[in-house]
Amino acid sequence: MADTTQTQERPVYRNIHILQIVSYRLPPAGIVSILHRVSGVLMFLLLPFVIWLFDVSLTSEISYERFTSTFIAGVGWLPGWFMKLVALALIWAYLHHFIAGVRHLWMDVAHSVSKEEGHLSALSTLASSAMLTIGLGYKLFF
Amino acid sequence: MQEKSYGSKRLVVGAHYGLRDWLAQRVTAVLMALFTIVLIAQLLLGARLGYERWSAIFSAQWMKVLTFVVIVSLLYHAWIGMRDVWMDYVKPVGVKLVLQVFTLAWLVGCAGWAVQVLWRL
Repeated sequence: MADTTQTQERPVYRNIHILQIVSYRLPPAGIVSILHRVSGVLMFLLLPFVIWLFDVSLTSEISYERFTSTFIAGVGWLPGWFMKLVALALIWAYLHHFIAGVRHLWMDVAHSVSKEEGHLSALSTLASSAMLTIGLGYKLFF
Repeated sequence: MQEKSYGSKRLVVGAHYGLRDWLAQRVTAVLMALFTIVLIAQLLLGARLGYERWSAIFSAQWMKVLTFVVIVSLLYHAWIGMRDVWMDYVKPVGVKLVLQVFTLAWLVGCAGWAVQVLWRL
């Protein structure tokens, strides 16, 4: 039997260091992937805020007023425009997570995992989530 | 021949280990996507949105059931996702455990609150 215990020099691939992130050139699919995570974590952290909105918008007509005034008069010491920005961040996160998720499901179902298709679908994901965010942001602020 | 397959000798790699969670994350995602489409359709079709119409949407029994399913789906979906994030970026076992416990408590708390809002209606 061949001696399998003898180790030979093999290349070691490690995660990039945190300081390399800025200089590391990520392909569009990589950008979609990391933004999928970022948007997921963002929505996870803002989940209590979303449920609070769900709560005040549904509980009564009086609390519904508080829901609408959240984005005009603000909440506590946070002004209305800031709450709109938070809402816009959530809108982007939801859209990106949604579209990137559909892209994942599409790749699972269609086995369309070629380099070109992945590149194209990544670019369309980034473009469509950005466009929809800009459109809804315009509706939100103006 | 391997005489022991548990404890320190347990096989921790191989097929099927992540399959269930992988599938669960996709199934819950599809449920949430369907909910999104159903909600947007109800918002677009109809008169000007106010408290009356907004609360009527969630008062319908079928919508309550669908929303409940989505709350539970979100809980599971976010758990898998956040656990993956902690597994990838946090190496010390103790810190990872604390973060995982926090994630579970956070998600179960949020889900409980959302269900309470829904069933008060």
